Amino acid sequence: MKAHLKRFEIRFSGLGGQGVITLGRILGHGLALGCGYNVTQTQSYGPEARGGASRSDLVISSDPISYPKAESLDLLAALSQEACNKFYRHLKPGGILLIETDMVRQPPSNVFIGLPFTKLAKEKLGAPQAMNTIVLGAITHILPFAQPRAMKKALEENLPPKIQAMNLKAFNLGQRQARTHFGPAPEIWEGNGMDEKEPDQREVL
Amino acid sequence: MSHVTEIIHQYLRHNKKFPHVFCPGCGHGIVLGSLIRSVHELGLPKDDVAVVAGIGCSGRIAAYVDFNTIHSTHGRALTFATGVKMSNPKLHVICIMGDGDATAIGGNHLIHAARRNVSITALVLNNNIYGMTGGQCSPTTPEGASAMTTPYGQLEKAFDMVELGRAAGANYVARGSVFQANMLERFIRTAIERPGFGLVEILSPCYTQFGRKNHFKTPVDMYRWLKENAVPRESWEKMTEEKRRGRIPVGEFAINDAPGLEQRYAEMAARLKEEAER
Amino acid sequence: MSRTSAKRPKGREMFALGNEAVAEGALIAGCTFYGGYPITPSSEIMEIMARELPRRESGVFLQMEDEIASLGAVIGASLAGRKAMTATSGPGFSLMQEHIGYACMAETPLVVVDVMRGGPSTGLPTSPAQGDVQQARWGTHGDHPIIVLSASNVQECLEMTVTSFNMAEKYRTPVILLLDEITAHTREKIFVPEPDEFAIFNRTVPAMPPEWYKPFEETVRGVPPMPPLGSGYRFHTTGLTHDVNGFPTQRPDEIEDLMLRLFRKIDQFYPDIQLVDDHQCEDAEIIVVAYGSVARSARLGVDMARESGVKAGLVSLRTLFPFPRNPLIQRLGAARAVIVPEMNMGQISREVKRVASNRVQVRALNRIDGDIITPTQIYKAISQA
Ligand code: SF4
Repeated sequence: MKAHLKRFEIRFSGLGGQGVITLGRILGHGLALGCGYNVTQTQSYGPEARGGASRSDLVISSDPISYPKAESLDLLAALSQEACNKFYRHLKPGGILLIETDMVRQPPSNVFIGLPFTKLAKEKLGAPQAMNTIVLGAITHILPFAQPRAMKKALEENLPPKIQAMNLKAFNLGQRQARTHFGPAPEIWEGNGMDEKEPDQREVL
Repeated sequence: MSHVTEIIHQYLRHNKKFPHVFCPGCGHGIVLGSLIRSVHELGLPKDDVAVVAGIGCSGRIAAYVDFNTIHSTHGRALTFATGVKMSNPKLHVICIMGDGDATAIGGNHLIHAARRNVSITALVLNNNIYGMTGGQCSPTTPEGASAMTTPYGQLEKAFDMVELGRAAGANYVARGSVFQANMLERFIRTAIERPGFGLVEILSPCYTQFGRKNHFKTPVDMYRWLKENAVPRESWEKMTEEKRRGRIPVGEFAINDAPGLEQRYAEMAARLKEEAER
Repeated sequence: MSRTSAKRPKGREMFALGNEAVAEGALIAGCTFYGGYPITPSSEIMEIMARELPRRESGVFLQMEDEIASLGAVIGASLAGRKAMTATSGPGFSLMQEHIGYACMAETPLVVVDVMRGGPSTGLPTSPAQGDVQQARWGTHGDHPIIVLSASNVQECLEMTVTSFNMAEKYRTPVILLLDEITAHTREKIFVPEPDEFAIFNRTVPAMPPEWYKPFEETVRGVPPMPPLGSGYRFHTTGLTHDVNGFPTQRPDEIEDLMLRLFRKIDQFYPDIQLVDDHQCEDAEIIVVAYGSVARSARLGVDMARESGVKAGLVSLRTLFPFPRNPLIQRLGAARAVIVPEMNMGQISREVKRVASNRVQVRALNRIDGDIITPTQIYKAISQA
């Protein structure tokens, strides 16, 4: 069933080279073309995208999206300490923080979910570069409106054939790990009021 | 009518308001004649020739000849020409520029057109001065020469266009002068015929803006100077350093056969098409 | 807009950047020549054309040595019969001004996409701004008419690129498509219709024999037919003021004929050229006039105002120049105030003031810190108006 979404904002953030931009793009592709939502994706460019914190934002909605940038996050995926520090304050009340537990050694709050994504990629897959796809699998589990099949199709449509098999494995691993460690998706969002969200009237300046 | 005049009339535009803009004694008229004779001898249909000119006295040549003609912007003729040639490789594209046009404001375009080795014939009419704007110095004004903007003598060194074109990768590089019209015609023909970028520097006197201020009593003196000092490359190479001073070699300085960019592009497109069909 | 049928057209969906949508639009419009120079934030357009054009029938892609050369090559290609374009950003757009003027004077159809970033000078290469609006109108020297279009979302990037080519070909003029960094770098779901779902306009070529052809002669539309170089119609093209045969002239009567025709060929088609969209304008007391990515923020701002009981409306401009005076005034209705938010110090608000300050109060809302104007900012401005 397709949930009606008012406006849902996700930010992926981490270090250049972690595949944060690709991650946002594939999730966006899957949600837009596979699950039928309106999605806008924006990202950091230029010098900002090279050193330091790299980021990729998604806004997802059942209605047309007028304002394309994410400002008040429902979900922040932080893959580095720096990114976590920088963007934590953009998380809205009730928003979820997902971290890479080996990279973010000092979470800003004790309310978070997390997995050692990099270690999983190295040890379970022998492919550290597939880390971002494990995150994608985990997030697909967390988001009740993301269909795994659509995500896999997005992976196939965006990645070169050579690395598809490995990434599908990584995706499945991420989903499994999230299911085991985070529990069923709806419980994660309890109290977040995801379905009865009011139209966006927040202060963004 | 003599045979030569007949040919010229065949290629000049009848609907253009003559007379032309050139001063008495200007070398550009001879280049115009050489160009026409070269095209005639090669037997190119008028429809297949595109002349792209820059801005300056030389640029006006485009308006007189009955080809597909573009009078472009100052220094940028080669950029227009590149677009034309790549869009329609069938056309023989001839670029006419002045020395300031091609080596000052258009210097970057010149070296890159040569580097790309796109099949364009670039004729640079070098009169060592900006003629149309009133006699200011150009990058080819000789050291010490006097011009409106170098009233105390040119301090800077002049560009050697031949060396420039050769270093940048032009297939064909030649220097001729309007005094040696037959040789010049041969260079222009060769440049048009050969694949890749052809650069022909043409020494063309400007009495009005250069000669008068630099000790030439009449335009004829300038041609006399060319006769004595534009020496064939072969003789030049045998000359002593001292004898070379004040003289300038003319001849062919680079003759290569590398395919032009448009041809390499067509080959790439054919390869891609083949791959797609497979 | 240019779709031919009301039922759902054939096509495919894409999750695309604004810049990618521009390239898609260009290919749909029949663009076969791209000459360009890399610059942030427009380079993706160039990269896609570099990949796509060599694979397509007679497609030519060239990376030139600078932006001056890029537009020079585009003009050459257009004269040789191609639909041609380039894309750039602020500093490169400044370098192109010389040849935009040439294209106006020599009536050369072409499309220049300028993805606006913060300026002046190198400014803010990766941040949005709308500082090139008046440059697009007046950047080249000399008095001249020009068409400047814009797009506020990724779908519009595609549609407006097709429209840009159509107008360039129809009116034999350069068309400038102004985007901003946000629109260009936002990825979003778009629908790419099959090329035959669009009405595509190709330049008129002469039907008369070559000896009758006068390249710059008056016609019904004011737009002379234009043969490709090498097709048997040998004529002269120049940036100098010219007579009907294309030869330089200094005769006042010939100069006036040429200049008036250049203006008239655009002026008389204002209703076709001046495109605007509206949202909730019918009973609006306060109208926001916006373009580019700011129009998106404005739409949300207007909706927020409506929810709080304020009668607000939005006019978003797809055509910036010739400034859509009549379409705007028609939509102002009984509004008592107009707000013009833009990422500059008032380049379109001055146009709005010029045409509307005698009937409504016009207020500018400006932002020049490299960030987008937010819906809340606009909502606040509406509430205070
Ligand atoms: S100014 Fe010099 S180059 Fe120009 S027409 Fe006169 S003589 Fe020739």
